[in-house]
Amino acid sequence: MRILIVLRQVLDAEETVRVKNGVVDLESSKLVMDAMDEYGVEQAIRLREGGAAEEVVVLAIGSERVQDALRTALAMGADRAIHVVSAEMLDPLAVSKVVAQTAQEEKIELILTGGQQADWDSHALGPATAERLGWPQATWTSALEIQNGVAIGKHDGDEGSESFRVSLPLVVTTQQGLNEPRYPTVPNIMKARKKELRQETLDRYQVAPTIRVLSAEIQVKTRMRKIIDGKDASSAAAQLVEFLRNEARVIA
Amino acid sequence: MILVVAEHANGRLSKSTAEMVAAATTLKREGPIAALVLGSGVNAIANEAAQMVEQVLVADRPELAEYDAELWAAAVCQIASEGGAHTVLISGSRGGREFSPRVAVKLGAALLEDVIQLRHNEEATTAERYTYLSRVTEKIETKSPVVVITVKPGAFPAAAPTGKSAEQFDVDLELPARRIQVTGRLKEKGTRISLSEADAVVSGGRGVGNSEGFTKLVEGLADQLGAAVGATRALVDAGWRPYSEQVGQTGKTVQPKAYIALGISGAVQHLSGMNKSQYIVAINKDPDAPIFKIADCGVVGDVGQIVPALIEELKKT
Ligand SMILES: Cc1cc2nc3c(=O)[nH]c(=O)nc-3n(C[C@H](O)[C@H](O)[C@H](O)COP(=O)(O)OP(=O)(O)OC[C@H]3O[C@@H](n4cnc5c(N)ncnc54)[C@H](O)[C@@H]3O)c2cc1C
Ligand SMILES: Nc1ncnc2c1ncn2[C@@H]1O[C@H](COP(=O)(O)O)[C@@H](O)[C@H]1O
Repeated sequence: MRILIVLRQVLDAEETVRVKNGVVDLESSKLVMDAMDEYGVEQAIRLREGGAAEEVVVLAIGSERVQDALRTALAMGADRAIHVVSAEMLDPLAVSKVVAQTAQEEKIELILTGGQQADWDSHALGPATAERLGWPQATWTSALEIQNGVAIGKHDGDEGSESFRVSLPLVVTTQQGLNEPRYPTVPNIMKARKKELRQETLDRYQVAPTIRVLSAEIQVKTRMRKIIDGKDASSAAAQLVEFLRNEARVIA
Repeated sequence: MILVVAEHANGRLSKSTAEMVAAATTLKREGPIAALVLGSGVNAIANEAAQMVEQVLVADRPELAEYDAELWAAAVCQIASEGGAHTVLISGSRGGREFSPRVAVKLGAALLEDVIQLRHNEEATTAERYTYLSRVTEKIETKSPVVVITVKPGAFPAAAPTGKSAEQFDVDLELPARRIQVTGRLKEKGTRISLSEADAVVSGGRGVGNSEGFTKLVEGLADQLGAAVGATRALVDAGWRPYSEQVGQTGKTVQPKAYIALGISGAVQHLSGMNKSQYIVAINKDPDAPIFKIADCGVVGDVGQIVPALIEELKKT
């Protein structure tokens, strides 16, 4: 069984977002593999280590910079990488077309991707890919094992969590709790440099974005930033009550 | 036609349905606004929906008793195609956001996710949505003739009842077989007011010390205020609190009148779930905690001392 993980490279959570000329400007910002995708890479490696999978392939779509995320995944233990070179910003539905075609070409039986992408705050990539392939999906998955071609796991929904069983092929989107992703060790980073990283051009996939970003704006609500010294607890409490009553108006 | 996929839980129409109707109205497009009710034993829900829209389409079938992404996508796609819908609105809940992409692919439509504002002019539908962990507001546009939209819960004011009762139609569906077998359900039903509907939310972080501290401080204060209870991921990971209470990127997004953060540092992943709150109050012993940067009112102090004093003060009133 072969596993495909779709990696997204996103702004490091510690970085400040910058907007230039009405678009988010990532040029000079630090980018990292989306933490949600790290869960996918880790889980795939564990499935291979446990004998449920033979090969772990990672895929990323974007500029040359996404190769950093691919190399990180290879250093964690993925077997080989595919980089689909694209300069344009593709919406998740367009990306899902690349993923679905790659899954067919590579004879993939399990696809893992982040439950939510930290850049576009999107949940669409996994389900859209599943639909294109005609596969079922398990979203927000926090536990996953594979036994004789059957995926057994747990995932989160609106009213709590559910345990599930479903035959492969399958698209899984990851959720916290799935595992604790490993850090690449120095020897493994060295080894990763020799692993296969294949480039493909976007025109092979005939994608056409359907969404255009017109503008981006950082709307930070102006906060009052009133700071109370809490050394005298009862005086601080009185000031808080006053705030909750007269400003926030959540008490009568 | 604009098709609104009604969302319901525990035999009642969810507030998100009235919000989607309000969102549909802002498009000001030709054709009726129709609600699609999927489920089993949904008579009362369909009657409730009829108070809000011009047409109700009902698929009341035992196979639809429990939600399934593939079944829901197949049903919505079929009804949208038959009715010639140019716009399909789906709730921005977990469920809505996982089946809507399948609907969009089936219909060859564009997908606008988790929108907070909507417009339509000539050939384009434009929307606003939050991106980059709710730090950026983006305006997006599509010229696709068919558009699937998920509507962020709480972003639109709920539509008021029309005072009329719309006509209801039973619809026939060709449903695929269920492939995901659900072998167990763990419903997390709290006794408190829900996070998405409360005026005030009291949340706790690692600074509350331990699970007893949470009960005493966070739940104690929430009881006084009639507020909902939230937690950071650190507490959920530690097993002190259930996942249903987690606020943030991978938990719930809340937008109450007042958000009260107790012993929370203010990591971006947490802020992304609460930074649109009208007022933010923070109590933290570290004056440099990032949470203070977005607080309207902050107390630098020990939650173990400030919160009991606050509860006492509230009891007096
Ligand atoms: C992919 C990903 C997704 C994530 N999703 C979420 C999410 O959805 N929600 C979420 O919350 N986090 C999320 N996180 C985790 C997030 O990055 C932080 O680790 C987490 O929010 C920290 O929780 P905390 O504020 O409780 O703990 P800490 O960061 O440890 O902060 C504790 C605070 O308590 C204060 N304190 C300590 N003692 C006292 C006292 N006696 N009185 C007053 N103050 C005190 C300290 O000064 C400190 O500021 C996510 C992380 C990742 C990587
Ligand atoms: N209103 C806000 N909502 C979300 N994040 C914020 C907000 N204000 C500041 N931040 C974040 O807090 C960090 C420090 O911001 P600053 O105080 O502007 O330097 C940055 O990562 C900001 O993105």
